Amino acid sequence: MPIRLKEADVVIVGLGAAGGVAALPLAQAGLDVVGLEAGTWLTKRDFAPDELRNNFRGWPQSVQKTNHEIPTHRPDASSPMSPRVAIHPMMNAVGGTTLHYWAQSWRLNPWDFKVVSETTRRYGAARIPKGSTVEDWPFGIEELEPYYDKVEYEIGVSGAAGNVGGNIDRRGNIFEGARRRGYPMPPLRGSGFTDLMAAAGRTLGWHPFPGPAAINSQRYQNRSVCMYHGYCNRGGCHVDAKSSTAVTTIPKAQATGRLKVVTRAHVTSLDVNEGNARVSGVSYVTDGAEYFQPAKVVLLASYTYENVRLLLLSKSRPFPRGLSNNHGQVGRHYFSHAQTAGITALFPWNTNSWYGLPAQGVAIDDWADDNFDHASVEFIGGGNLWVYSDRRPIVAAGMTTFGKTTKSWGSEWKAFVSQNADRTNTSYLQKTTLPYEDNYLDLDPEVRDPLGFPVCRITADYKDNERKLAAFIQNKMEQWYRTAGAVAIEHGPLGSMGPTTHAYGGTRMGDNPETNVVDRWGLSHEASNLGVLGASVMGTSGARNPTLTAQALAWRTAEHLARNFDAIANRRA
Amino acid sequence: MTVFISRRELLKRAGLAGAVAAVAPAFAAGDEAAGAQTTAAAVGPAARDPIANLTAAESDILEAIAARLIPTDANGPGASEARAVHYIDRALGGALASSRPTYQAGLNALDQYARSTRGRPFAALSAAEQDGVLIDVESGTATGFPGGSAEFFNLVRTHTIQGTFCDPFYGGNANFVGWDMIGYPGVRTIVTPDEQRLGADVPSNHKSAYDYDMFTK
Ligand SMILES: Cc1cc2nc3c(=O)[nH]c(=O)nc-3n(C[C@H](O)[C@H](O)[C@H](O)COP(=O)(O)OP(=O)(O)OC[C@H]3O[C@@H](n4cnc5c(N)ncnc54)[C@H](O)[C@@H]3O)c2cc1C
Repeated sequence: MPIRLKEADVVIVGLGAAGGVAALPLAQAGLDVVGLEAGTWLTKRDFAPDELRNNFRGWPQSVQKTNHEIPTHRPDASSPMSPRVAIHPMMNAVGGTTLHYWAQSWRLNPWDFKVVSETTRRYGAARIPKGSTVEDWPFGIEELEPYYDKVEYEIGVSGAAGNVGGNIDRRGNIFEGARRRGYPMPPLRGSGFTDLMAAAGRTLGWHPFPGPAAINSQRYQNRSVCMYHGYCNRGGCHVDAKSSTAVTTIPKAQATGRLKVVTRAHVTSLDVNEGNARVSGVSYVTDGAEYFQPAKVVLLASYTYENVRLLLLSKSRPFPRGLSNNHGQVGRHYFSHAQTAGITALFPWNTNSWYGLPAQGVAIDDWADDNFDHASVEFIGGGNLWVYSDRRPIVAAGMTTFGKTTKSWGSEWKAFVSQNADRTNTSYLQKTTLPYEDNYLDLDPEVRDPLGFPVCRITADYKDNERKLAAFIQNKMEQWYRTAGAVAIEHGPLGSMGPTTHAYGGTRMGDNPETNVVDRWGLSHEASNLGVLGASVMGTSGARNPTLTAQALAWRTAEHLARNFDAIANRRA
Repeated sequence: MTVFISRRELLKRAGLAGAVAAVAPAFAAGDEAAGAQTTAAAVGPAARDPIANLTAAESDILEAIAARLIPTDANGPGASEARAVHYIDRALGGALASSRPTYQAGLNALDQYARSTRGRPFAALSAAEQDGVLIDVESGTATGFPGGSAEFFNLVRTHTIQGTFCDPFYGGNANFVGWDMIGYPGVRTIVTPDEQRLGADVPSNHKSAYDYDMFTK
């Protein structure tokens, strides 16, 4: 028999990027919040600049949950399963993946909220790719702007504003939506190499700017400035300069006395009161013991794959196909960002990129979203070009030799690598990805996690729109590198849509309950005291990382919940 | 509830693992706590490091392979000086334990293949003959490898690179020869704007992450 605990006002499942933000407005409103987190606390002492551990071994010292339930993948329902990847880099710890993420902290562009209506208006409805289930968001960027602002200031984001109240500033992203004020901190500094790339971008007539980062460019809220030491990529910060929720919103929420953080709490189901079809609480396992945590409201924030899996596993009489799934929408409209298909360049001089961080760089947004005319291309959307300073020795030694050596070992190879290890640069090209009818998540019929529950199964493949867009963006990136003096270029493959760090959809947000799991506030259309947080509610990807948007949405859901708590907690189904 | 959670905190601090923790792989981080330098200092300039997980015969074959993958040559030291095999040997008792059977089968198959096609054990072949064997193994045409010879080649290459370029804490990259080979100036915890300039001359500090005692090993 599980041990029944005292009822909480709100239980948050997962204290990562999204759950860790939502805790703060709830606790500040005086609600009793319990945060159930599968991982443990980690501190800066745990964040050694250790490439082998961080980048190759999946963080052996932390709780390993994600790595034991890695989703399986197949490109489509009639294909065999793809080989299972060995490591999935999402973190299990208080703060979740914000502990060791790159911390690029983007707002979406206005177009991303209105892909269907804007494409139709500008190019005609026929330009929406066949089979895509994309919808406009239930609101435009103006609705989210106050929450972007709130999160940028609460956690601390560095950046250069490009549009304050409609005034365009070329030092920032001229394509961004209007913001009420600039960033709380100036941008991270450039490196010699990223400054050179920025200059090359300007000679092309493009608009380079330093990207936004949830990393301190100055001392902020009593946390250190960034040290640029080079181990930020899949590494936690040794001076707490990264604005992880573990050092920002979570401790602030704890300081109110209203947030109880329970670590090593592995949630296994969300439970339902069969009488009124409302969520009654969650079940979890800690060190082999089972608990039931009753709650008036449950917020699910365990990252896209686990959000979907927990809903599908939580079957009850009112929800026989899984919680909030009576319309069969849980797992649908899934897509993962096309982050692959990069470009690697070789320069005839050292770039001096041994230090820095992936968020220290230069962006080009001229080819993103609908920032350029799509009349003569055969796709919609676009990509953000990102060049940054990040290199560590094992990866450097594993570099491509651009076809310039006969073998990838031996003396000739060794000579090439010793000369060129610091002469390459690989760009990060994030590209619009759309949801499609036949890309979805469900439960794997065979593969199980160590507790015996089926893992999530991804059925998804890139389509024509993603392929054409990738080739277009890669050519733009090649042009940029060549302008800066690159002497050799390699195009990376788009690859398959296996498990990813930018997983969207599966519990999409929208007004129509026939095609969406949660409403415009992030609350379930079917079980009204259940909310879902994270990129699983997002219906479009844009051309940039999801986290700030997921955090702004999480704040908005939490604030709505706090303001309407009695109504939501006691509403009849 | 409060009482209960603090009891669990106590259990956690006492290192008692339950169902959730027990499913984690037994990463033997502790095994790797002794740095390469310590071992080297303890045994002096011995011919080889003490072997922990490979057999002596396996270790000889692997040393010979690593010495061809990243050779000692006119451009300086290679995998041998970096003690890449020492790294692999130790890791096979910890983080790479799941590869132990592959090494046993693969090294045996490689040596058999050398004997049957070149008439002598791999370690006894000339460098050119060894390269010929490795080319066959890499291309997947060498026979007798349970999981395919190309897969085995990639595994050994990956681990030889790790052992040559990893933090010396893990038993490879001895005396920082790997980092010097590619010009990595060492682990720093603070980097100045000047050190990120193009053309900056950043001297190698020969420091491992764990030379900074701010980090838990
Ligand atoms: C290496 C890397 C770099 C990245 N860089 C960027 C970047 O630069 N910019 C950006 O925007 N995004 C980046 N991302 C993506 C970003 O990390 C995610 O978008 C974000 O963390 C997702 O937020 P989340 O709250 O949904 O999930 P997480 O932050 O992963 O948090 C989920 C939490 O839930 C917990 N949990 C899971 N299951 C359970 C359960 N059953 N019971 C209890 N707790 C559970 C987990 O332990 C975890 O703490 C990066 C990701 C990685 C891996």
